[in-house]
Amino acid sequence: MRTQATRRGDSLYIYLTGELDEHTVAKARAEADAFIDGAAGMSRAVFNLAGVRFMDSTGIGFLIGRYRRLQKYGMTMCLEAPNAGADKILQISGLYALMPKI
Amino acid sequence: MNEMYLKFLSRSENEVFARNVVAAFALPLSPTLSELDDVRTAVSEAVTNCIVHGYRGGEGWIELVCRTEGDLLHIEIADSGRGIADVEQALQPFYTTLPDEERSGMGFTIMQTFMTDFSVTSEAGRGTTVRMSKRLGAKAADDAR
Repeated sequence: MRTQATRRGDSLYIYLTGELDEHTVAKARAEADAFIDGAAGMSRAVFNLAGVRFMDSTGIGFLIGRYRRLQKYGMTMCLEAPNAGADKILQISGLYALMPKI
Repeated sequence: MNEMYLKFLSRSENEVFARNVVAAFALPLSPTLSELDDVRTAVSEAVTNCIVHGYRGGEGWIELVCRTEGDLLHIEIADSGRGIADVEQALQPFYTTLPDEERSGMGFTIMQTFMTDFSVTSEAGRGTTVRMSKRLGAKAADDAR
């Protein structure tokens, strides 16, 4: 699992690459949180899931956790480019109501 | 009919192993990519439950049995861990016993949604067994018509 970030305008883009499950989530959480903590003053974070080849409900927990962290900074959260498998899980769990797909 | 049995330790690196083994075992049934995704995800959820809830991060054995029967794939995943006191409650969407650990409580819901049949039996202190099955090769069957 690899996590990278770039800034464009007032948005923080976080790119996740790999398989997101119980084994990989701790590292993804630490890296994503470091990017979020360093993004003070920005208005939103966009999680790009194009590189996520697999995710299960551990990924849902991960995204909700980051959403809560961003809320503390007054930042909103969006998702983009999930593959078909991730998209199905995101829909079933109702996550797009919290973090829309753009 | 084909069958396999696998026993592995409740280590999180075995999640990717288990889901890919089951996907590989299912290949002769000509599953669609989407069906394979569903199977991988359901297996991952069940194995996560064994690791996180059954053994609470400690080490124990997880047993996986797969069987094919026509176009049906049967999967059984069992641990000998703590067990679930109230299965009915555990099956509720968003219910989790570990809310502080960023658990979504969606594991059983995803297994139920992604598989054709699903059941769970558990005994407190003895362990939990999840049985699920899925009909595979829907698209191949359509193409053949």
